[in-house]
Amino acid sequence: MWNYTEKTLDHFRNPRNVGKIDNPDGVGTVGSLACGDSLTLAFKLGADGRIEDVKFQTFGCASAIASSSALTELVKGKTLEEAEKITNKDIADYLGGLPAQKMHCSVMGREALEAAIRNYRTGETVVRDLKEEKIVCKCFNVSEEEIERVATENNLTTLREVMFYCKAGGACGKCRGEIQAILDRIAKERGGAAQ
Amino acid sequence: MNGPVIYLDNNATTRPAPEAVAAMLPYLEERWGNPSSMHEFGGSVMADVEEARAKVAAFIGAQPEEIVFTSCGTESDNAAIFGAAQALGAGATLVTTRVEHPAVLGPLRHLRDNFGFKLVEVGVDGGGNLDLAQFADALAAPGPKAAFVMWANNETGVIFDIPEIARMCRATGTFLHTDAVQAAGKIPIDVSAVPVDTLAFAGHKIHAPKGIGVLYVRRGTRLGRFMIGGHQESGRRGGTENVPYIAALAKACDLAAEHLAASAEVGRLRDKLENGLIATCPDASVNGDRSRRVPNTSNVSFSYIEGEAMLYHLSEYGICASSGSACSSDSLEASHVIRAMGVPFTAAHGSLRFSLSRYTTEAEIDRVLEVMPGIVATLRRISPFVPNA
Repeated sequence: MWNYTEKTLDHFRNPRNVGKIDNPDGVGTVGSLACGDSLTLAFKLGADGRIEDVKFQTFGCASAIASSSALTELVKGKTLEEAEKITNKDIADYLGGLPAQKMHCSVMGREALEAAIRNYRTGETVVRDLKEEKIVCKCFNVSEEEIERVATENNLTTLREVMFYCKAGGACGKCRGEIQAILDRIAKERGGAAQ
Repeated sequence: MNGPVIYLDNNATTRPAPEAVAAMLPYLEERWGNPSSMHEFGGSVMADVEEARAKVAAFIGAQPEEIVFTSCGTESDNAAIFGAAQALGAGATLVTTRVEHPAVLGPLRHLRDNFGFKLVEVGVDGGGNLDLAQFADALAAPGPKAAFVMWANNETGVIFDIPEIARMCRATGTFLHTDAVQAAGKIPIDVSAVPVDTLAFAGHKIHAPKGIGVLYVRRGTRLGRFMIGGHQESGRRGGTENVPYIAALAKACDLAAEHLAASAEVGRLRDKLENGLIATCPDASVNGDRSRRVPNTSNVSFSYIEGEAMLYHLSEYGICASSGSACSSDSLEASHVIRAMGVPFTAAHGSLRFSLSRYTTEAEIDRVLEVMPGIVATLRRISPFVPNA
């Protein structure tokens, strides 16, 4: 049994803003059935340029559903410039925190939001062109850039934390050496900045 | 959570039988001495331990001196694996299946990765049945060999043909250990008729408390030592005898033997649950060959939704089950058993295991059938993957 907060359980039991939007301004999908969770987020802007309507559909565990629901509540009424400042930590904080093992649910929320905003701006339907990035974790399709970002934004220092936040290294384990090298590099850069 | 608990997670642990709890209390409250002592107060307890050992032996068709009490099923499996590995020596071939419990796969992979043993993991088909041709190939390897094959699978309940596997091992001079943790108490086990070398089972899966396990070691079997200490258990396992739990286990074995005759009723309730779920929930399918399972276990996948979310909804009704989904454990992957069976991704993360016991009632099964379609529909309304939704 995970140590979910009452707010997480409430958003799981009574998810807000479930569904699809006809002719959305932006729509983004991250994750997959194979990975075990997936989130599709769609929004419509109002005349004032603020997010007027937002809906989600999620395949995943209780905290994936709660994180998606929380995300929709967070972005409602925001401009895209405000919305894109939302981090995975904001989503977790909104729910009163998530178990460490479940932090990847909050990261999935942030990624879906980015994908939807990018879709609005460019018409592209993927969050990034992964072909242009170096994939480190082939099991969960996580790029070097994504690992670096998640580790930096959340001050991650261990392989286990990286696994909890973006799943990288969580299956076959062959990429763990590479992830450790990324963590070592970030630690070195942090150390350098501190001096 | 409202109302009483509906406990359908008996492959995880079982309710201690009140008779088993009663059997242990005298050894906690009055006769708490050490059975190895040379005084009457402690030493007299040894006779009770030996009486219990005889009952446990009878439960699986063994001789009393072939029974080693341990702390749990995991310890029994580890003792057999490390014991066999020591007896065979590094370089030996260890053969197992891809669907074993972590208590078996973990130590075997440890021996492969760190101690120079070869390891062959034999696969299963879509129904979870062992590939016996591949198993035979593995046994044809030259040099010393040991095989580790579960009797019944903890997740699907699928039974491996241990009598045939034991015959194959005998014919090739291969040591055989079977993890019978999920078979004991569910189907008859008789080691006098099935030539396994060692066998493990655990008390808490057959209505004894947690903290007691059994390792059967056939007389004459060469086995290195694992838990090294005092002379207890004929030198096979050091550590002061856990007398209260040994007494509870003996009682639980007696009761399990009595109730084996009634296992058809457990099977009837299991089938009612399973057939009802498939009839009322679209895109539900059973994982595991329905014709070769222990009678208490049902593993059902509900496509397009995720197991942990279903468990949280069930828990609100007091219904206890488990799931092979990635999110219901520390792991990030769906169950290795479900993946080894090639269950498609659409269903792999949506598997639920219901495991019944002799205490399960028809009313409890009816209650699950009443609430499950609503839970499935609720989660499918949220899911992006339901076709034509």
